[in-house]
Amino acid sequence: MSNRQEILLTGAGGQGLILASIVLAEAAVNDNKNVVQTQSYGPEARGGASMAGVIIDVDTIEYPKVTKPSVLLCMNQASFNKYIPKVEPGCTIIVDSTFVSGPYREDYKINALPITQAAREQLGREVVANMLALGAINAATGLVDREIFRESIFKLAPKGSGELNQKAFDLGYRLYNEGMGQNLGISSQTPQ
Amino acid sequence: MAETKPVLMQGNEACAEGAISAGVRFYAGYPITPSTEIAEHMAARLPDLGGVFIQMEDEIASMAAVIGASIGGMRTLTATSGPGFSLKQENLGYAIMAEIPCVVVNVQRMGPSTGVPTAPAQGDVMQARWGTHGDHPIIVFSPASVYETFYLTIAAVNLSQKLRQPVIMLLDEVIGHMREKVMIPEAGKLLVEKSSDNIPADWKPYDEKGLTPLVPFGFGHYYHVTGLFHDQYGFPTGDPTQVERALDRIHGKLEKYRDEIVLTNYIGHKEPRVVIITYGCTVRSARAVVKKAYWQNRLPVGLLSLQTIWPFPGKEVAAIAKQADVIIVPEMNMGQIVGEVERYACGNAEVVPLNRYDGEMMSPDQISELLGRWL
Repeated sequence: MSNRQEILLTGAGGQGLILASIVLAEAAVNDNKNVVQTQSYGPEARGGASMAGVIIDVDTIEYPKVTKPSVLLCMNQASFNKYIPKVEPGCTIIVDSTFVSGPYREDYKINALPITQAAREQLGREVVANMLALGAINAATGLVDREIFRESIFKLAPKGSGELNQKAFDLGYRLYNEGMGQNLGISSQTPQ
Repeated sequence: MAETKPVLMQGNEACAEGAISAGVRFYAGYPITPSTEIAEHMAARLPDLGGVFIQMEDEIASMAAVIGASIGGMRTLTATSGPGFSLKQENLGYAIMAEIPCVVVNVQRMGPSTGVPTAPAQGDVMQARWGTHGDHPIIVFSPASVYETFYLTIAAVNLSQKLRQPVIMLLDEVIGHMREKVMIPEAGKLLVEKSSDNIPADWKPYDEKGLTPLVPFGFGHYYHVTGLFHDQYGFPTGDPTQVERALDRIHGKLEKYRDEIVLTNYIGHKEPRVVIITYGCTVRSARAVVKKAYWQNRLPVGLLSLQTIWPFPGKEVAAIAKQADVIIVPEMNMGQIVGEVERYACGNAEVVPLNRYDGEMMSPDQISELLGRWL
């Protein structure tokens, strides 16, 4: 069961989290893994809280819902407040510091990265923040082979935006690696 | 052997794709959460395949359109959820009586009434059986995965054609909305049964001798279609002998082909003490439990999953009851299939219901907690 990876993507409706979960799931299928993707339905789609779950396993996946996330992404303050108490300390946590200001607890390893800000400033498009987040997640966890992931993004992106989305994905990698290298964005170093 | 490739697919999409693979080229419906993706997918796919998609004014009209198209020789599908399924019931009864093939999908949501549109529940089990009035036969499938949804929809279309009998696909919101890796064969490699190849010279639309294929209107045979009890030519009758015989005949079709219709699957210990019997998405939770209890810990536990819930797999349940001491029936309702299980267990095993009706999926923990009492 240790092969089972449960990824929870949370934030606000409109941030592209459900699309991100589908892209992640598709990439995992292309990487020959078993995968189940679920999402919250309802008024969430119109601006409220949004949540999507992806389970990746080499074994067959029975129960399809995320219960113990091994990866958590929080794209806004509300989701950060809601989901942080629900995960165990071993969980890989990535938060978008553009919208989340903490408090970052010492007992959790939280990677606070300026995801949306970087998408806006370096790529000129905020909408690709979701692909940037996927890049950061994959850099942190190696869930899916990087090249397969990039190809899947290209295939799923709307016509003409494949390269932009791939760039966002690569920027996510860079953001995560730089954050790690300079000890930036790690919870204990981040001022509250 | 058919070429298959892995794809990521949603349950609702798999239902639509399964129908298309089985030759469905006509869809009439009125969109409703959580079944809307089926309509969306059919609307996107059918025009390119030379098929017809119609969004009707409501579910009553959708059902009527599907029946009309079937008599015209099309393979048909309609999809809905709880409140819409209620509206389809009268015309569903008509299709059963007039022996017109069609497949009706009900992606269940939390009821009664409009309930919680986005929450899963298994509250329509009895409605699927007895929603339309009168002593009618019905076939109901309840898939537990995206893969099963694809293949059971194909089976539903084929059986519906072969037996001239409406078939219901009773999906859960969980299955309809989740995306999963599935192996889908290439188009044209599937077994699609044809019912109308050999039309005998003395063809009658409702032949007393047994199954006759449906000859679509416009193919040289004139007959009457009605919801009233009718004679071999379709004309109304109130003659007690004919009425009784007609009812026996439409029920007899399902009895004769029972083994093709009733699909179940058993996993676990050969001599189980405790067996879980369930259907739909609850199978997923139960399988997670049995995997751990039996495959890892070798406990005397088993799982009988029901792909077909109506006609009820009584024979299979009776056999399990003779082996096991306890049968647990987890359901996301206040207890519907459990009554049938009790009926066929005949007191040979203790039948214990496990119910959840808060709009959330049954969790493996709930099942294993109960299971722990006997192990």
